[in-house]
Amino acid sequence: MPLVLPPSVLGFYLLMAFSPKHGIGELLHNAFDIQLVFSFKGLVLASIIYSMPFMIGPIKSALQQLPLSLSQASYTLGKSERETFIKVLLPNIRASVLTAAILTFAHTLGEFGVVLMIGGNIPGVTRVASIAVYNSVETMDYHAANIYSMILFCITFAMVISVFVFNKYKAKSPLE
Amino acid sequence: MIHIDIEKKLKAYRGEQVLKISAQFDNGSITKIYGPSGAGKSTFLKIIAGLVEPEQGKISVDDVIWLDTASKTSVSPQKRKVGFVFQNYALFPNMAVQQHLEYVSDDAQWINRLLTIGKLETFTSHKPEYLSGGQQQRLAILRAMAIRPKLMLMDEPFSALDPKMKSELIPGLKSIWDELETTVLIVSHNPQELEGLTAKEMEINPI
Repeated sequence: MPLVLPPSVLGFYLLMAFSPKHGIGELLHNAFDIQLVFSFKGLVLASIIYSMPFMIGPIKSALQQLPLSLSQASYTLGKSERETFIKVLLPNIRASVLTAAILTFAHTLGEFGVVLMIGGNIPGVTRVASIAVYNSVETMDYHAANIYSMILFCITFAMVISVFVFNKYKAKSPLE
Repeated sequence: MIHIDIEKKLKAYRGEQVLKISAQFDNGSITKIYGPSGAGKSTFLKIIAGLVEPEQGKISVDDVIWLDTASKTSVSPQKRKVGFVFQNYALFPNMAVQQHLEYVSDDAQWINRLLTIGKLETFTSHKPEYLSGGQQQRLAILRAMAIRPKLMLMDEPFSALDPKMKSELIPGLKSIWDELETTVLIVSHNPQELEGLTAKEMEINPI
């Protein structure tokens, strides 16, 4: 669902769920004194929930593409499912894991709706870069907005380039 | 002694077929299994290894029950620990030749002996993608041998080897099987592929 829901809708439901007056939020607040709404902790948790499908999708697809016989061979050699996953499956989907991690991080970095709903816009606590850009534009401070935007652009550009560079060694030309 | 009595439905182009096998294999014996394509030869080996579950059946090895569908007993593939050579080799792309064998055994002397038998001593740091088809197939055999199996299941194990390489490899494998008293089942659709091996024969034909 996080993949298809509008971020503001997901953010609203998470705000309700994390609220110290309802369900999980109330339990966490009363039992462990954890306040998720309008806190950095809550913002990180909401971002994880929002971005999880972007990580899981490519990894699941990469695992499905591995031949079943790899796991089978490992099992017949006496290796457990855990050992097979760590020593055989995971190393063979390394490129997909790295690509998914980088793209998910870049995607989370630019998230706006969920972050604004859960974190609000508290300077020094929950004001993230993407909200800072919006704030600067709102206050007509285009110079600050430009700096924030440029920093975000450079970080995400570097990430995308690193994915391309890394995967370049994996992709093979059909002509040798 | 291995006792096998299994029944497994196979998906076939024209509806369903049933693989029904009742067989016994003496310890240390070598058996060639042949039959037409799609007869269920590979499935038969996978059932023995515990990778595929039959609808009905019983498998016991030296009086130890590996599978009994009546009592819902099924020993895991990890505990059966058979040496399995897959038709598609199933080599691990992330591991070099030496690492494949070290994944299974930490006995350096044993690994070196296997490498010598398979003539892969000079390729220890090569990953599968840098090996020829024949070298990959030999590595798949050596990896299965590395666990010192009491039961070896081989699915078209020599199909990519040239006659000279095959004739050099088989005596080496045979000496280890004799040493370990390994029972060997070799699937092949080409009887000539198994020339040089004195073995019993078994035909598989689904019903």
